[in-house]
Amino acid sequence: MRRRVIFPNKVLPYLLLAPQLAITVVFFFWPAGQAIYYSVLLQDPFGLHTEFVWLENFRIILTDPLYLGSVQVTVIFSTAVAALPMGAALLFAVMADRKIRGTHVYRMLLMWPYAVAPAVAASLWLFIFHPDIGVIGRWLNDVGMHWDYKLSGNQALLLVILAASWKQVSYNFLFFLAGLQAIPRSVIEAASMDAGLGRTFWSIIFPLLSPMTFFLLVVNMVYAFFDTFGVIYALTGGGPAKATETLIYKVYTDGVMNLDLGGSSAQSVILMVVVIGLTALQFRFIERKVHY
Amino acid sequence: MKRTFRSKWLLAAGISFLVATSLASAEAQQRVQVEFWHGLTQPLGGILEKVAADFNASQTKYQVNATFKGQYPETMMAAIAAFRAGNAPHIVQMFEVGTATMMAARTAIKPVSELAKETGVSIDPKNYVGGVRGYYSTTDGRLVSMPFNSSTPVTWYNKDAFKKAGLDPEKPPRTWEETWAAARKIVETKAASCGYTMAWPTWTQYENFSAIHNVPLATKANGMNGMDAELKINSPLHVKHLQAMMTLQKEGVFKYGGRDGKADALFPSGECAIFHGSSGMRARIIREAKFQWGVTMLPYYKGTSNAPKNSIIGGASFWVMTGPKRTAEEYKAVAEFFSYISRPEVDAKWHMDTGYVPITLNGIALASGQGYYIKNPGADIPFRQLTLTEPTENSMGLRLGNMPEIRVIIQEEMEKAFQGQQTAKEALDNAVKRGNVVLRNFERTNRQ
Repeated sequence: MRRRVIFPNKVLPYLLLAPQLAITVVFFFWPAGQAIYYSVLLQDPFGLHTEFVWLENFRIILTDPLYLGSVQVTVIFSTAVAALPMGAALLFAVMADRKIRGTHVYRMLLMWPYAVAPAVAASLWLFIFHPDIGVIGRWLNDVGMHWDYKLSGNQALLLVILAASWKQVSYNFLFFLAGLQAIPRSVIEAASMDAGLGRTFWSIIFPLLSPMTFFLLVVNMVYAFFDTFGVIYALTGGGPAKATETLIYKVYTDGVMNLDLGGSSAQSVILMVVVIGLTALQFRFIERKVHY
Repeated sequence: MKRTFRSKWLLAAGISFLVATSLASAEAQQRVQVEFWHGLTQPLGGILEKVAADFNASQTKYQVNATFKGQYPETMMAAIAAFRAGNAPHIVQMFEVGTATMMAARTAIKPVSELAKETGVSIDPKNYVGGVRGYYSTTDGRLVSMPFNSSTPVTWYNKDAFKKAGLDPEKPPRTWEETWAAARKIVETKAASCGYTMAWPTWTQYENFSAIHNVPLATKANGMNGMDAELKINSPLHVKHLQAMMTLQKEGVFKYGGRDGKADALFPSGECAIFHGSSGMRARIIREAKFQWGVTMLPYYKGTSNAPKNSIIGGASFWVMTGPKRTAEEYKAVAEFFSYISRPEVDAKWHMDTGYVPITLNGIALASGQGYYIKNPGADIPFRQLTLTEPTENSMGLRLGNMPEIRVIIQEEMEKAFQGQQTAKEALDNAVKRGNVVLRNFERTNRQ
């Protein structure tokens, strides 16, 4: 039998929980409930005419080839934005974990991008990669590569992936570095007695880092889904054609720009289900392989 | 006794002084407050706020509080959310493509013609230029929203590049054929790396292109006569035009500069020698361009019957919003503000300060009388183009529901065509098909 902590007072625990519960209800359950409510309605933006349409909004979305295209973009985008910063950050962290001169400066510089707001980050990338005014953009064209992300969908997608990943490298770096420093030196020293650097890394360090890796995977996924709006908005606006329109960007376009409350709410509900599902999956299957 | 009398007198004087001062401060407090949300970024937003401040200083009864609420789409969203909460601003500035959406929200807005009638303040639509008035009026000529900042697309061209290419800088192209020929020559002679580009692709190449060529953008007089309008931009003329742009793009003569205003930078930087963009670019070009430039009207295809017609406007108008707590006094204040901004001196000043076109006939006369167009050659081109002919049902304006969404759809299909993923005909057929779905959804949500 499980041990239970018994509170003598029946009211106090609820009172103590109240602030947290209030925040959860107001900022999560209430908007989520609203989204579900609007997703079954057909309504003009001013709310003057309302029609209950059952699941028609969902039917329209799920049979729309453009929505399915957006799903595809999101899968590519999120996978890349989750994997790239982790790879880069792990490399940087391993490098920074050694005893080298100027370690502190090096580490600090690596953390800077995290302080940059998404829209500002996007502007920086724009000034570097714009085909007409950007330094690298112009250079790419001069050396004969047709670099024009305003017309090439693949280049546009690459650009938003790079910009969104760049911002996240610092965060990943910070956690990987902390993870690395938590590994006892003696273990690594013992391993290096009879194995090379590569072997030590893959057999000892990487498995010991797995809780951190798993945590960052979840955080990066959520970031890729929800926090990359600013980068896309400022860099490509979802274009060209629909090459960089992720699901979250489409929710914004349909809800705010196109004033389609029902359709946009239905998309949010789908997105909500997908993210809940993904997180649950991650915890269920990947966490099993994680050693704490 | 005497002393008591005196002290009483003093007391009375004191009280009356207090009453008087409190009345005076109450008078200042009691100015009728009008909330006005706008969507203009700096420096334009500041100039607009100055217009409101000037109105407040011109009288003592009303106070207009102008507040920036984000760009047009965000301002629209904010106003809609406020209306739903029963707390809409008295006036909201809305971009021209939001006109149909606002008009359809019948109980959320008060048409300007009704406002004038109820308050007895005269707002005469006849003061306004036809193309401006028509855009914001019902088909029987009643003003729905208050016209304000308006612009129209024009041709900007680089005179230095023209000279270098051996073209006459004082004879800018008038037709599309001449435009393409000039653009080709500019690139061939390396006078500029890009011959031609345009900003606001849908506005310049479809909305205004159709008006100038007197062909419909959509049925039902571009939606003016009913919500059941359908897009018409896959006509042979439209296809021919997109095909021409695609051909020139392949040749490296035309460069697609991106959606909305993204291509604006390509002209003042000297990159593209011929540019179709807003007349509102004037201040920026003066500031940034390091070359001689000229401005002229938009071109037309030779041999198109009755072309060119007048172009149509872009920009925004002011909408009066209703609310459960509105008083007659507040409406009166709004009407007085509208009457103020339609004064010729206010209109002319706004035009000269910002580069937007004058929208009242008296406004242009005033600007002209002050010698503005002699000092600023070409500044009258937008106005002349806008009033080139009497507006036809194809050049009156647009009233299509969810037009912002349709603009994006057209841009997307153009981009796919420029990428080589589809032909010109396929692009425009797709745009029509997807645009019509948007129009039908709008019709359905706003069914009475």
